[in-house]
Amino acid sequence: MSVVSGSFMKRVWPKLVILAILCSPVSSRAGSSIAASVRNCTWCHGTGAQGYTVAPRLAGQRSLYIEAQLRGYAAHIRDNPLSKQYMWSAAANLRTDTVRDLADYFASLPPKTAHDGHWAFAERGQAIYLQGIPEANIVACLACHGPVGQGVREIPRLGGMSYFYLKRRLEEWGQGYHSAPASPMPLAASTLGPDEIEALASYLSFVR
Amino acid sequence: MLAVALSVALSQVVRADDFQAKLLYCKTCHGLSGQGYHGYYAMPRLAGQQPQYIENQLRAFIEHRRRNAIMANVAHALSPSMLSALAHHFRALDPPPLSGRGPGSAMGKRIYEEGLPDSNVPACSACHGPDARGQDQIPRLAGQLPDYFYSKLVNWSAERGQNSSMPDSSAVMGPTSHNLTKSQIAAVAAYVSGLR
Repeated sequence: MSVVSGSFMKRVWPKLVILAILCSPVSSRAGSSIAASVRNCTWCHGTGAQGYTVAPRLAGQRSLYIEAQLRGYAAHIRDNPLSKQYMWSAAANLRTDTVRDLADYFASLPPKTAHDGHWAFAERGQAIYLQGIPEANIVACLACHGPVGQGVREIPRLGGMSYFYLKRRLEEWGQGYHSAPASPMPLAASTLGPDEIEALASYLSFVR
Repeated sequence: MLAVALSVALSQVVRADDFQAKLLYCKTCHGLSGQGYHGYYAMPRLAGQQPQYIENQLRAFIEHRRRNAIMANVAHALSPSMLSALAHHFRALDPPPLSGRGPGSAMGKRIYEEGLPDSNVPACSACHGPDARGQDQIPRLAGQLPDYFYSKLVNWSAERGQNSSMPDSSAVMGPTSHNLTKSQIAAVAAYVSGLR
């Protein structure tokens, strides 16, 4: 490798290492029938599906939520820019049983906590998460997402997801993008200001 | 004179805005039509509910008669006039029930209409009405989320009547909630949740 070292390889080599890690454990962990589909996911969502840059962690996510979102991409309901760009085509030709198998597989992986928020805002984020701010008509997140952000059924797990993903999603609700039919999230996020989003995304990134 | 009229008009406009904003806040959790919502917790249907019941419950959260951490915070931020206005709003809403009749609803119907004399359980219909729409402080049960209904009755004495210096009408349901078995409660829940 040292022979070909140059600026190109300096940039690419770390990514090759990451890709090698991403691809290696998949075939042994998933059933052979969905191994190829899993590889398509982990290419962006990272090794063990812990999330990578803009692609969110899938490990430990609620199975029914993953299923619902994959259906939502295929039906073009979830329409934020990155979903359009990456997930519409990724989900376009998945069979119903493949969707369920993928959802069950990723839900079964142990999630890791992102720890990438701002610690200074975490305490305020926790207060908003648990109690809301009734005077400002900000609802308590735990009513739907559970006391430690574990989610339930089609309601996603939020605890330990990356700060950048949570922040972007909360901002996008306010910008009018959609996710699931009849989701209360556009309304729930409509009263959040930048400071509250910052605090919530920071807090949740530290939740185990 | 003009200034007074203007300021009165202005304050009413602000109140209308405040009311709409607060209403959307309620509906974020309780459903856009007040039909209830299955979050991590079951959030009750408010549509068609008796205004006196809602008002009494919101006051119960404030006065620590009814225990619920989320609703205590919510209710503490409501002015008396806002509280009353919200309580009356939901009466007119009439969305279909969120859940249809569940398993066991035939047994639930019998308990609802006839009670269980051997277990000292009166007919629910005696107070909640034959159509389960309630009256005054007695809540409407028709169309209620079955999991909400179930968890309230199972935990009745741990959630209601919690302020010993302010005894309230929730005491009426205490003995009945104890005399029903869990499967009987589930059956009544399955029945009333399908009623319109």
